[in-house]
Amino acid sequence: MNLDKTLMYLTGGMLFFMLLGYHLPKWAIFLATVSLCYGTVVLGMILLVKSGLVSFGNGFYYCIGAYTAGTLQILFGVSEIMIMISSSIIISAIISFFVGYLLRNYRDIFFAMLSLAISMILYGLLAKSSALGSTDGFNLSPKTFLGMDLYNFQNQRYVIFALTLIIAWICASIIHLLIKSPLGKISEAIKDNELRVEYIGESVKSIIHTNYVISAILASLGGCLMGLNVGHIDPEMTYWTTSGEFVFITLLSGTGSVLAPFLGATIFETVRSFAYEYSPNTWQMVLGITMLLVIVFLPGGIWSLFNKFKK
Amino acid sequence: MTTQFIAVFFDSVVYSSWLFIIAVGLTLIFGVMKILNIAHGSLYALGAYTAAYFSGIWINLGYTPYFTFIIMIMSALLVGLTFGYIIERGILRLMYGKDEIVLVLVTYAVFLILEDFIKIVWGVNPYFLYQPYSILGSFNISELTYPNYNILLFLLASLIGIFITLFLKKTRKGKILISVIHDREISSAMGIDVEKVYLITFAIGATLGALGGALTAPMISVQPGIGAETIVLAFAVVVIGGLGSLPGAALAAILVGIVRSATVHFAPELDLFSVYLVMATVLIIKPKGLFTLPESRKI
Repeated sequence: MNLDKTLMYLTGGMLFFMLLGYHLPKWAIFLATVSLCYGTVVLGMILLVKSGLVSFGNGFYYCIGAYTAGTLQILFGVSEIMIMISSSIIISAIISFFVGYLLRNYRDIFFAMLSLAISMILYGLLAKSSALGSTDGFNLSPKTFLGMDLYNFQNQRYVIFALTLIIAWICASIIHLLIKSPLGKISEAIKDNELRVEYIGESVKSIIHTNYVISAILASLGGCLMGLNVGHIDPEMTYWTTSGEFVFITLLSGTGSVLAPFLGATIFETVRSFAYEYSPNTWQMVLGITMLLVIVFLPGGIWSLFNKFKK
Repeated sequence: MTTQFIAVFFDSVVYSSWLFIIAVGLTLIFGVMKILNIAHGSLYALGAYTAAYFSGIWINLGYTPYFTFIIMIMSALLVGLTFGYIIERGILRLMYGKDEIVLVLVTYAVFLILEDFIKIVWGVNPYFLYQPYSILGSFNISELTYPNYNILLFLLASLIGIFITLFLKKTRKGKILISVIHDREISSAMGIDVEKVYLITFAIGATLGALGGALTAPMISVQPGIGAETIVLAFAVVVIGGLGSLPGAALAAILVGIVRSATVHFAPELDLFSVYLVMATVLIIKPKGLFTLPESRKI
């Protein structure tokens, strides 16, 4: 039987962290969950980047995922986590299906800017809607998980971490299989030469549409889980600088493997948390300089270092 | 009702002028260098901060506030020329061969660096520079009062537009710029020093961005974050008008100005939304913006 190395690492890693997480201090579990959420969003961007498109608008679905969960809670009183997650997936799939028809006609800068504009449209709407808390946002407190009552549960943070871990594992495995499948290969071909792909007989636009919907679903999963983890959602999630952070992590991790986004996200989160504590006014500068260094010296991201060492 | 329409008219004139000033530098840089300069937002912020800072010092020293206008323009020039030169020579020069989208990420990184640079130099508290705004007084139209500063903004926007158009069409340097916009390789083959043209264009674009910031400083509270807010608006205007087209930027500024002013008066919750709605609509009808250069599909 041909065991896929990456899938093995993924499963092994998932089990390892699942066991390890039980013994970690609360702040470490929190950081780990945040890294997993960010990693899931960036995981979605891998297929798009492989097709040659950088999306500055993943914050849109990130926010939609979180706000779906939130509005379900405040409008309908739903507090079951699995319902929140499933509805985020469904709603973002529907929205991205329709928005994808517009975005699939654009490439390069226009794709990036149009996706940015769409995320800013949502920001404009949310920031002015006082029913949804305007720029303050509102709190999200899940109460039940598959029927179990979480409210007074001691290990609530761990349960959410474990849930995020399992979902991240499922997503990473699926994306890994997709990358190895014809969809992944054709996406890479689109980056190289679109016209040739059309001559082969494949519809470039539908493939981009598919990649876009996939990235949207993953982004909204990440958003929903982040909302559950932090307990608070606000329109800042769809501001273009949040999408910029996702782009940065994508750049940092590279597209070499599905494990890369999680590594990149962990590094990003850890550095950010400690940078905020010691020197809050230079955090963005560090981010910018690192980005320039990565672009010049490591265009394949951090994961390309692993490939260099293998050889 | 007529008061409202007059209000919308004047508001849109002011807003369009402001949009034009901040968008024109961006579209010029894109037209010549094919770089979407996200750092334009932080150049805007730098212009605002420098103007506020130096004018503040000047006024605190007790000199005449009328001179602050000159200080604002001088600080815009200072910021534009120094930072424009540093960014272009120091960073962009290393990245010229790369993909367009990689260059956008480079300018994004520069934007992040400059945002923190501003926080380090000037701190996080807001600066206020109200003197240039208030000393000009105001005028009355029916029941509305408008500050005369807005007229100044409109005059400057028109001057900038006319000046740049004349520069591009009549002077030799301007024609060289146009030829680089149309085709970089052939221009280089004809003996034009394209690198120097890039430097000059970036410096001009940066100065215009800083000028936008300096002129806006009296109207707002200068604080961290103004760069990020403004850059999205500038993008929307530039994309609507067509990247690289100056008349496009002007027309887009007018369009967005009218739509936004009308929205603010009649449906205030849709304020930001309306700008991006215009952008989405224009892009659906004309995918590359209102005025674009004809392009052949490269195989």
